[in-house]
Amino acid sequence: MNLPGDAAPTLDKEEEFRARRDRINRVAKWTLPSLVMALSLLAWHLYVTLNDVPHYVLPGPVPVGKSIIEDWSLLWPAMLTTSRLTILALFLAVTGGVALAVAFTQSRWAEMSFFPYAVILQVTPVVAIAPLLQIYVDSAFFAALLCAWIVAFFPILSNTTTGLKSADHNLHDLFTIYGATRWQRLRYLAAPSALPYFLGGLRIAGGLALIGAVVAEFVIGRAGTGLGLASTLLEASYRFNFGRLYAALILISILGIGIFAITSLISHLMLRKWHESALTRES
Amino acid sequence: MTARHGRKPLLTMSRIEKTFRGETVALKDLNLTVNGGDFLSLLGPSGCGKSTALRLIAGLIHPTSGRLEWSGERDVGDLGIVFQEPTLMPWLTVAQNVWLPYRLRGKGFAEAQHDIESALELVGLSEFSDAHPRELSGGMKMRVSIARAMVTRPRLILLDEPFAALDEITRFKLNNDLLEMKAALGCTVIFVTHSVFESVFLSDRVIVMAARPGRVISELGIDTPYPRHADFRTSNEYAAHTRDVSNALGEAMGAAA
Repeated sequence: MNLPGDAAPTLDKEEEFRARRDRINRVAKWTLPSLVMALSLLAWHLYVTLNDVPHYVLPGPVPVGKSIIEDWSLLWPAMLTTSRLTILALFLAVTGGVALAVAFTQSRWAEMSFFPYAVILQVTPVVAIAPLLQIYVDSAFFAALLCAWIVAFFPILSNTTTGLKSADHNLHDLFTIYGATRWQRLRYLAAPSALPYFLGGLRIAGGLALIGAVVAEFVIGRAGTGLGLASTLLEASYRFNFGRLYAALILISILGIGIFAITSLISHLMLRKWHESALTRES
Repeated sequence: MTARHGRKPLLTMSRIEKTFRGETVALKDLNLTVNGGDFLSLLGPSGCGKSTALRLIAGLIHPTSGRLEWSGERDVGDLGIVFQEPTLMPWLTVAQNVWLPYRLRGKGFAEAQHDIESALELVGLSEFSDAHPRELSGGMKMRVSIARAMVTRPRLILLDEPFAALDEITRFKLNNDLLEMKAALGCTVIFVTHSVFESVFLSDRVIVMAARPGRVISELGIDTPYPRHADFRTSNEYAAHTRDVSNALGEAMGAAA
């Protein structure tokens, strides 16, 4: 424990060790994963070149890299399409999920009536719904959007509903004693209590929205819609263009990392002042 | 009932009964008059209904039968409450937490700032007004909770075993401070506790309760005048009072067994 008053001028052996370990950890946190990445690429490259693996079985990292550069004019619009689909689906999942969660907590009747159907929507594999959406929804983009939305929606709804109900009971009593209105209770007590739960749901939903978008493109995108990364990937596989297939796969993965990083950052920024999950322990 | 001299009744509870779910009798035939200016302790074993009595007074639950009457006008700022836990909102600063009773009445922070500052000063936490609760110790959090309960200068403050989870040193200090705050505010206090020593040190009326069913067994007056300081804890008078209260509590336990 470090008390503000007793600034220790000398570091004892243990503290010195700790400080050194922290310094090393800070560097290792970045260098070690990078090293693993470099070694894996090298191993991949060596495996492919030494064994003369044909490119239609496994292309080496060099042709894949080349493909990213050469097909960029094709891949970049595809990435934009998939990003747009994912982000729009996530946005709609957030607004819809939060709105429904608020409705559920405000009205017990609404929750009793509709929650089972939200669960059914969730447990039905979306791949099974996607072909139907393709039939019933004229616009392929909207069909894909609907498909990604269904997948991303549930974690937001479920987490936010739990969060809105998780406020301290004594605080609820306090609000009663001070004659708080429904709105005040929601705004000042339930909503802030739900924030960590919601943000946890957002991180899951971000990943799921991408999965939903990829599934939708696999199933619906083939029907000649604007091509996203997943449809590009599928098409490349039909043409035995494995360089492009891997390039598309890597870009999808980068998209996923990007979404995770952004949602994590949002979560960190909103919670860092008070929530245990965002605090770093001293000592 | 021994009314302190010249005090007017603030709250009268007559023949109050509370039964939960039609089977658990939490309180039976509770008669109690709380006078303005009282420091009244409800003392008893767990299950004696002392917290139920407090919740009835707070209006959080309603009696199954019997009457609970307030004298004079009553509005939302008239009651402050402190729970066993500090019950702060972790996402707000200390000052914003204390602001809550005013905020719920639509009073802006700037408008309430003077009252918030003086409440924090009274509990000795002026320097921590911008800190978040997690940065404070258990005792300090409890002080914030007390500051929140008294920021509106209520007529009555209810405390439900507020110091039970604190260490003895902190508890003694908070006991002393609580008496000073009460004197400064001139309010009425109802204090729920299961500590004989705490009830004798703090209050001028100790109501001893027994369990199953919850009921009042006896009332003892602690006549030692305020201000009471730390030396009261070691006086013969204090020892005599604690002996009396302990005996009464022993009877309550015997009655329950």
